[in-house]
Amino acid sequence: MPQQSLADSDCIVIMGSNMAENHPVGFRFVMKAKERGATIIHIDPRFSRTSAMADLHVPIRAGSDLAFLGGLINYALSSDRWESVPFFREFVQSYTNGPTIIGDTFKDTEDLAGMFSGYDPESGAYESSTWAYDEGHLDPEMTDPRCAFQIIKRHFSRYTPEMVEQVCGVPQELFEQVAEAILTSSGPDRTTAFCYAVAWTQHTTGTQIISCCALLQLLLGNMGRPGGGILALRGHATIQGSTDIPTLYHLLPGYISMPMVDAGHLDLQSFMDAIQQPKGWWHNAPKYIVSFLKAWYGDAATGENDYCFDYVPKISGDYSFAAMMPMMKDGTIKGLFCMGMNPAVGGQNSKLIREGLANLDWMVMRDPYEIETAAFWHDSPEVRSGEVRPEDIKTEIFFLPPAVTPEKDGSYTNTQRLVQWHEKAVDPPEDCRSEPWFMYHLGRRLKALYADEETPQARQLQVLTWDYDTEGIYDDPRLEQVIEEINGYTVRDRKLVSGFAELKDDGSTACGCWIYSGIMPEPGLNLARNRKGDDAASLEWGFAWPANRRVLYNRASADPSGKPWSERKRWIWWDEEQERWTGYDVPDFPATKRPDYRPGPDAVGIDAHRGDAPFIMMPDGHGLLFAPAGLVDGPIPTHYEPWESPVTNLLYPEQVRSPVVPTFDRPDNQYHEIGDPRFPYVLTTYRLTEHHTAGGMSRFVPWLAELQPGGFAEISPELAGEFGIDNGDWVTLTTLRGEIETRALVTERLQPLTIHGRPVHQIGMPWHYGWGGMATGDIANDLSALIEDPNSRIHQAKAFTCDLSRGRLPRTNGASGDDE
Amino acid sequence: MMSEPRTGAREGAMGFLTDTTLCIGCKACEVACKQWNQLPADNFGYTGNSYDNTGDLAAETWRHVSFVEQLADDSGARPTSLNAFQSNWLMMSDVCKHCVNAGCLEACPTGAIVRTEFDTVIIQQDICNGCGYCVPACPFGVPALSPIDHKAHKCTLCYDRLRGGMEPACAKACPTDSIQFGLVEDLMERASDRVENLRGRGVDGAYIYGDRETGGTHGIDGLNAFFILTAPSETYNLPAEPELPQDKTFPSYASTILAAAAFAIGAALSLRGK
Repeated sequence: MPQQSLADSDCIVIMGSNMAENHPVGFRFVMKAKERGATIIHIDPRFSRTSAMADLHVPIRAGSDLAFLGGLINYALSSDRWESVPFFREFVQSYTNGPTIIGDTFKDTEDLAGMFSGYDPESGAYESSTWAYDEGHLDPEMTDPRCAFQIIKRHFSRYTPEMVEQVCGVPQELFEQVAEAILTSSGPDRTTAFCYAVAWTQHTTGTQIISCCALLQLLLGNMGRPGGGILALRGHATIQGSTDIPTLYHLLPGYISMPMVDAGHLDLQSFMDAIQQPKGWWHNAPKYIVSFLKAWYGDAATGENDYCFDYVPKISGDYSFAAMMPMMKDGTIKGLFCMGMNPAVGGQNSKLIREGLANLDWMVMRDPYEIETAAFWHDSPEVRSGEVRPEDIKTEIFFLPPAVTPEKDGSYTNTQRLVQWHEKAVDPPEDCRSEPWFMYHLGRRLKALYADEETPQARQLQVLTWDYDTEGIYDDPRLEQVIEEINGYTVRDRKLVSGFAELKDDGSTACGCWIYSGIMPEPGLNLARNRKGDDAASLEWGFAWPANRRVLYNRASADPSGKPWSERKRWIWWDEEQERWTGYDVPDFPATKRPDYRPGPDAVGIDAHRGDAPFIMMPDGHGLLFAPAGLVDGPIPTHYEPWESPVTNLLYPEQVRSPVVPTFDRPDNQYHEIGDPRFPYVLTTYRLTEHHTAGGMSRFVPWLAELQPGGFAEISPELAGEFGIDNGDWVTLTTLRGEIETRALVTERLQPLTIHGRPVHQIGMPWHYGWGGMATGDIANDLSALIEDPNSRIHQAKAFTCDLSRGRLPRTNGASGDDE
Repeated sequence: MMSEPRTGAREGAMGFLTDTTLCIGCKACEVACKQWNQLPADNFGYTGNSYDNTGDLAAETWRHVSFVEQLADDSGARPTSLNAFQSNWLMMSDVCKHCVNAGCLEACPTGAIVRTEFDTVIIQQDICNGCGYCVPACPFGVPALSPIDHKAHKCTLCYDRLRGGMEPACAKACPTDSIQFGLVEDLMERASDRVENLRGRGVDGAYIYGDRETGGTHGIDGLNAFFILTAPSETYNLPAEPELPQDKTFPSYASTILAAAAFAIGAALSLRGK
């Protein structure tokens, strides 16, 4: 959902996010909603600047979010309101797979003591075939015990308010207050929104936490409607853009999976078969894949040679960030380009990462300042302690100056898929160059270097189209041509296409990223430059992919017959006279498909969806209460404890942790056992308004550095009292990965929670700080461990355990922070 | 019926309304101010005082956000249901008040401090001789001598931007419109409506700081940069009843005359005795 849509919400739940601090500009829409009378709820271990603006602050144990959300699902489905307001049942019956009968091979965590059917202990993975639908069987009344609705109802029945209190440390009355606020702010004329950020994603169960929220929002009819939905707040200026046209190892542009060796994606057909779905939007996948190959490989890509599919790299394992770091240390990865990133501070188990950097042959760094990742070889905690000598580090470092934002043209894609163009104000000074300049000329030089070589590797470079014109005093590539390529064109005449509907799978079109298609429908018309806002969808402000749609799945804002659910929440509706969908937004639905359309038996693709099936990307057009495929850790969200937790799993005592978490079990990345008495405290890490991620753009800037000039850990007065720690005292935090010292910020904004009858203390620590720049401090990530979510391969950084003591570390050469 | 205006602001006076109930403590105002006015970082260091590490307004800090944590009750319990709009962690972006009758201006012996066409108060750097008389003359502790050029500095309400038809940098940067810029007259009306609205929502403690009743007392006659607060002004380090030091000069200067007269009479008497 777009951030502006929050202003239409009746209740906003901010959970797994500190929105006011980390998304202050977007937070204006929360304030707008508040002005209009919306209830704001902040569920967070700490009382933060977001809490200060909320109507309710709910302190919760870090890592227990899914138990809380599960509790909300159970509460909603057991409530009188859900039963008595017909809207809820109608939404679920019509728009979700609630009525779908699940095959009888499926066994739930209820049956298997916290596990799902299909687990193979040998591979340590689930085989999802037992989760399949009983094809063709539906129970529209949703009373069959094997329908998805009844299965999830049973699954969450153990998530009672009592259980939420025990697991999350949230008193029952407070939990019920939250549940009531959400429930009464959901319905035909009211909507509730959830905002989350990386405090949901950065867990070993992160994907499932978000799925659980989606499930709740489907059950409450809060999807595809103004002021409803789930807002994934994305931190950096174009972090959304960097997953759309990805820097991720497992994706090609437009959320098409990378071909994988293990899955047998060795030729184009087998790859397309794996991506294409018989029903739903992904039926179009071959058009996008072939057009993308034509954009990359140009004339060299023909039907006869699989459009050069052979030259697309295939992945053979986990090459996510966390997985790459030990590979550097072990010598598997020998070179690294590091741009816009500071892993020596920002990466989990950052000492291991620094050891990895020290074992590379070469590293290319581009950064405005000599951040820690560039400086590690001559200054680091290990160099200061004498553990490492600079002369023993063999890594050759190429440190290059970049152009900063006002010195280059480009686009930002923000949190709500909104692409906004920015223009260069001044040329960068001296040797500073833009990223497009660097990547383009690097590519050109590599092509020149391999121009005469006759190896498959050289051929891979030779066939790549890399022919943008250059402009300006530094020969920057013409970005207009890059956008044209992203937008797509017909190969014959290079005429720009108006959108992805024009793309073909016969090699006659080229398109760099199908979801962005339409961003430049005519030469010179860059829609990301648009700057006309209004109080509704602001369709003329920037360009939102896909097809400038602002609220996704917005067909759900109308009832099955196409009428708005209510006057108050009108957004998109069927206009019988014009025989098309109309409203305030671009319909996220075939524009002229009637609400009463029913597909014939042979229909494929989007035509196989009914006229009342809003979720066009899903195989059957329905939101998934039960996910028969796609997630590797189960078809229904389930609470497992974080890998490190002071308490056991009260919901599933026999299965404390998720059985499929990817771990890096090695002597330099050891984990704590559940309830390990040596590490009794929950540690969570986070950001502050004043700094940017690992500090590369803020700790070196005096105006920002002075606002939060030194590292600290936030500790409750109760915990501080146990150790005799005063505000401002030095404390030492310890895990099996490392040991650091920092100042104690003793504050009532943290508090011990009662978990299963005993107090559990939580410590919070900003992870911005390192030894470089003006604002310094020990590195929070020296404490964290490399471990991942099995679906997204995102690291866990929001809940692990540690020990605390008063006083500083015995360091001979001074602290890595200040020396007071 | 014409009612008495809430402040003595002159016609056309421009100012700030800083509404603390909308402040999220992001400090964008501090940074935007320093960037536009090219002020250096100062007083660098970790304070441990909540999230306030700049401490106070200073010669190089013309916007300062203070943070006041007031969470636990006597039993140590933390609140969960919160008053609408910022109740338990107060944040307030402080700034020069651009007083209707400004102590600093009256105390300045060189004429460096002047009132502009926008009814704001600025220090002309080419005239200031660094005598520092303005420093104790301000009841809010705003002007300060710079350790760098030894002259007095404070907020100019972005006089240069105003001349160019732009709003001040802090107001421009504020993401939640906690800092609003405009005609004092309009802002005061907006503030009155806002306070009424807040009280209607149960924020009984909301009030305007900077009219003749509060903040603009004792002849100051109003602050062109005024505030909406929800706690006693001292909580934010603002005096409840600020006074101009000049108001106290009559008694002290009368007693000096009296003392001088007594001394003269004594001297005359002693001389006559010779």
